[in-house]
Parts: sequence; C-alpha cells; structure tokens
Amino acid sequence: MAETPRSGIAQNLERIGRACVDLLEEFGYYFALILESLFWLALGRSRRQPVRLSAAAQQMVEVGIDGLPIVFILSFAIGVMLAIQGIHTLKQFGAETQVVLGIALSVTREFGPLITGILVAGRSGSALAARIGTMNVNQEIDALRVMGINPVRYLVSPVMVAMVVMLPLVTLFSDLAALLGGAVFCNLELGLSYAAYWDQSTSFITTDDILQGLSKSVVFGVIIALVGVTNGFMVSGGAEGVGKSTTRAVVLAISYIVLADMAFTYFLNK
Amino acid sequence: MNAAAAIEVEGLVTHYGSRLILDGVDFRVAQGEIMVIMGGSGSGKSTLLRHLLGLHAPTSGSIRLLGKDITRASADEMHELRTNMGVSFQGGALLSSMTVAENVMLPLREHTRLDEQTMNIVARMKLEVVNLGGFGDLRPSQLSGGMIKRAALARAIVMDPKLLFFDEPSAGLDPVVAAELDELIIKLRDSMQMTIVVVTHELDSAFKIADRITVLDRGRILLSGTVDEVRRSTNERVQDLLNRRPREEEIDADEYLRRLTGG
Repeated sequence: MAETPRSGIAQNLERIGRACVDLLEEFGYYFALILESLFWLALGRSRRQPVRLSAAAQQMVEVGIDGLPIVFILSFAIGVMLAIQGIHTLKQFGAETQVVLGIALSVTREFGPLITGILVAGRSGSALAARIGTMNVNQEIDALRVMGINPVRYLVSPVMVAMVVMLPLVTLFSDLAALLGGAVFCNLELGLSYAAYWDQSTSFITTDDILQGLSKSVVFGVIIALVGVTNGFMVSGGAEGVGKSTTRAVVLAISYIVLADMAFTYFLNK
Repeated sequence: MNAAAAIEVEGLVTHYGSRLILDGVDFRVAQGEIMVIMGGSGSGKSTLLRHLLGLHAPTSGSIRLLGKDITRASADEMHELRTNMGVSFQGGALLSSMTVAENVMLPLREHTRLDEQTMNIVARMKLEVVNLGGFGDLRPSQLSGGMIKRAALARAIVMDPKLLFFDEPSAGLDPVVAAELDELIIKLRDSMQMTIVVVTHELDSAFKIADRITVLDRGRILLSGTVDEVRRSTNERVQDLLNRRPREEEIDADEYLRRLTGG
C-alpha cells in the first residue's frame, strides 16, 4: 500500500485527532460500564445472575478497612500542615485563633475527600487494574465468559458498590483525623484546649460542608472503579502490559479526581 | 441436514482488524465425536476455537452449537447454551484467587441452586475423575502444569456439558502426562457421550484421540476426515505438517522487493 507522504502539520493534526477519538472512545466505555454494572445490580437477581454481596463485602474490606491506617497518618499530617500554614498566614493580621475555621472548612470541603480519593486510587485503583489485567492475560476473563458468568457482573459491580459505599465512610474518617491533626498542633502552638477546638469546629461546620465533601467522594469512588477496571480489561501483551496498565490506571484516576474535584467545587460554590 | 450434528459451521469469515483470519470455514462435528482441529501456528485454529466459544463475533457465516446459531442467539439463549459447554483453556485459566475446589464449584455456584454440601461432593467427584482427589484445597499457583490442566478439565466437566472444548491439551506437558490427558479425553467421551473438540498441533496426540481430524491452513480448511484419510492424504501441505517438513514457499520477487523497501 503506497501512501502519499504528508507534511509534518498534517501528521500532527492526525495524531491529535486520533488521540481525541481514543479519549472519546474511552469515555464511552466508562459510560457503558456504569450502565452495565447498574443493570446487573438492579436486574441480576431476576435473571438468576445476582451480584454477590460477599464479593462486594470483600472489596469493601480491601478498599476501605485495609487503608485506614495510611489514611489516618496522611490526613493527620494534612491537618497539622493546614494549622501551621493557617497560623503563619493569620499571624500577619493577629488573628491566629481564626485558624480553626480555616482548618474545619478546608478539611471537610476539600482535603478529606481529595486525600482519600488519591490514596484509594493509589492503593485500590492499581490493585484493581493489576488483578483484572492479570486475569485478562491468563484468559481467566474468557473462562468466566464461557462459563456463562458475565465479567461485569462478577468483577465490576461488586467493586462499584464497594467504592460508592466505602469512599464516603473513609472520607469521614479522614475528616476526623485531619481535624485531630489540627487540634494537636493548635494545642501545642496556641495553647488551645481540645474541647474549645472541637466546640469551635462543630459550630463552624454545617451539614452542607460535610455533604459537599461526601458527594465528591462518591464521584471519586466511581472514577477509581471505572478507570481501574477499564485499564485492566484493556491489558494486552502479558506481564509488561499489566505493569503499564496499572501505572496508567493510577495516573489517570488521580488526574480525573483532581479535575473532577475542580469542576465539582466550582459548580457547588456558584 | 443431519440432526445428529452437535456443531455446524458454515461459511465462517473472520477478521482481526482488517486482516483476514478465517476465510470461509465449513465444518461439522457429529454428536459424541472427538474432532481434532490441527494446523500450524497462524493457521487460524485458535481463532476458530474462540469463535466456537462465542468470544468473538464473526464477519459473516453461521455457527450452530446444539442446533442454535450463536451468531444470532439472544443473551439468554447464549447463557443457556453456555451451561451446556465446558472449556479447558491452554493455560488452565483457573481463577487464581480461589482454591482448586472453589474453581471447580464455580459453575455450580453460579448456575445451580444446589446446597453447599452437594456442590462439595460433586466437585470432589470431578476432581477424582481427573485424578486430582485430595488436591481441592490447594491454590492454582501450587499446582504443576499437568495438574492445572486436569483441574481446568474438572471445572469444564462439572456441569456435565454436552460440548467440551480443549485448547492445546498437551502443550507444555511431558509425554507421560500428555498421554494420560489423552486417555482422560477418550474416557470422558466413552463414559459421558460428550462431543469433544480438541485444538492441538501435537501429531501423536491428535492421531490417538481423534475420530476425525480437520486440518486448517492459512484460514482455510485443507481437509476434514478420519485419521486414515488424513494419513493417506496427498495434499502437500498436510504431508508437510505430518512429516514435520519445513514449508517451501515460493517467493514472489516483486512482492518481496516491495516489502523490503516499505513501499
């Protein structure tokens, strides 16, 4: 096949066009995957192919419970950092005690869900991509299909449930840990008692603030599940392919989380 | 049309991307027959198997399994059919997160309402059939290659399927284990009247187990016949395969030059 040589510009345009089409295709795949996993959750039982609760529970433990120690440490550190920066900034106005407000709101509205999302993406998003990718390479996905076990029902729906349930819960936990971090530093630096810190925080934080954080975390959970699973299913080329897809899943999931966070925050605060 | 045909493929044409893989394949397997699909690498035999399993949609043609055209079957019909099919993949494809017994039980768990105790007993029975009694609690990673293949076979036959597909049963196994697996395949057909399709490139194994052999080459069927017919075939490509002769391809000088220059 003889192809006419093209100029550099045309080639670059073509590359950009292809990348756009690929991206569109991937988003289409995400959307289809959401619909299909919802379909099995809703109708699986009536078609005698139910989504197993035990599988979802196992995923919940892996996604949520197993990650709690690291979530605690990082959230606590974020709380301490917010307190340090807050006190440093507010000192210029002589308003150090207002730092509690800053910590309380930025933790519940922003940092709790974000740090949780990023951590779960790193821990579970990669594990998901690697697990499904390995299954794909070993023909285990094919084996499921020929046994009449739909891979989306068997592998994806439980993960979706686990993410949507666990991310808000872990986010709440992260909120508390970050507030504790702030409290410890304020206590040491400003001599603010824990009781006073807690009272001030709870008087500032409204249900709305917490719900804003939690609703974001649900979206992050769906993103992590979709990106992890999709990259797993797309693996080709053996062990090396699994490694590539795993990396891709983590980077993409974190990027999408940060971008979605920005969009979400913008629209929720309009 | 003979009602006793378990598998009927007509005019199967398939592409991988834009590359033609299977080019008008017709073949049929009678009920209770062991059909061996043979061919060199790249002949399309693995692709043919994947289509028989309904893992890909063909470009054109029909595939009838137990009388049902899987290229037109609804999701429900396909699901029903899959409970009547067993597949043993080349690498076993046991789920690595489960024990061997859980793997064997998986189809029962998903498709039947048997209680746990019954499923356990059925799984142990099938493991006994493949001589893996007592290995149920091990993980697939703890098994040897031959044991994995036998465990995969146990999983494939746990629902007592009417159709059994086998991808490269002896690949990567030592000759003794491979021979045992061949015996097992014959035993299964004799005792359970299954229709069995085996894809392989091992000649010895093929001649030993086959009722009929289909030879594929470059996406076309060269020959479909009994073991003797295949042995006596005068087709050069078939004889190349039987006698392990390197194929002598004619080189088209112009085409060769064009490939080299990348034009």
